[in-house]
Amino acid sequence: MGRSIKKGPFVEGHLMDKIVKLNATSAKKPIKTWSRRSMITPDFVGHTFNVHNGKMFLPVFVTENMVGHRLGEFALTRTFKKHGAHTAKAEAK
Amino acid sequence: MPRILGVDIPGEKRIDISLRYIYGIGPVNAKAVLEKATIDASIRAKDLTEQQLSQIVHAIQDGKYVIEGDLRRELGMNLKRLQAIKCYRGVRHLRGLPVRGQRTSTNARTRKGPRKTVGVQRNPDAKTGIH
Repeated sequence: MGRSIKKGPFVEGHLMDKIVKLNATSAKKPIKTWSRRSMITPDFVGHTFNVHNGKMFLPVFVTENMVGHRLGEFALTRTFKKHGAHTAKAEAK
Repeated sequence: MPRILGVDIPGEKRIDISLRYIYGIGPVNAKAVLEKATIDASIRAKDLTEQQLSQIVHAIQDGKYVIEGDLRRELGMNLKRLQAIKCYRGVRHLRGLPVRGQRTSTNARTRKGPRKTVGVQRNPDAKTGIH
């Protein structure tokens, strides 16, 4: 079941505070966050987020198309494994 | 074979079934269209008069149904958007793996296609004969 529209999109409070502060000063610097569950709202556009994937922080630059998705969707938590020799040619693919 | 909106529909079938050969018109939409055009669903498609055909066309166009090319394009655009923003769903589409969290250790053959056995591929740069 989807989230009630009455409540609006879910954004972690501490993350929203940081964004409001950044937007007020119109500064651009990456925001480090563990909050993968926060929905991307139009306020996020143009900022870079360092989103935790369980191991490290992956930079996610937010564009307009990403609004409505969650931050975690852009920081993959698993490494894609494949068979075969790991040569430079195979890795480039 | 009568034509509706550039699509051939089979004449030997009932019109409510025939309409479903249009991409984007399923059982429910076909019924709704015929109701709007006030045409009996049990008529065979080949027995429809010109006027009845145009009634159906009008019903489809007025009903704001997204069909055929437009629908295919819309689906393609959705896919492209997901892939362009590199979100998890987009990545799964790119790799041809299931998108909605199904297991991939076994099964998932619909998405992955026929089994491909990959043998051991030795690294050509590795030295041979030394363990």
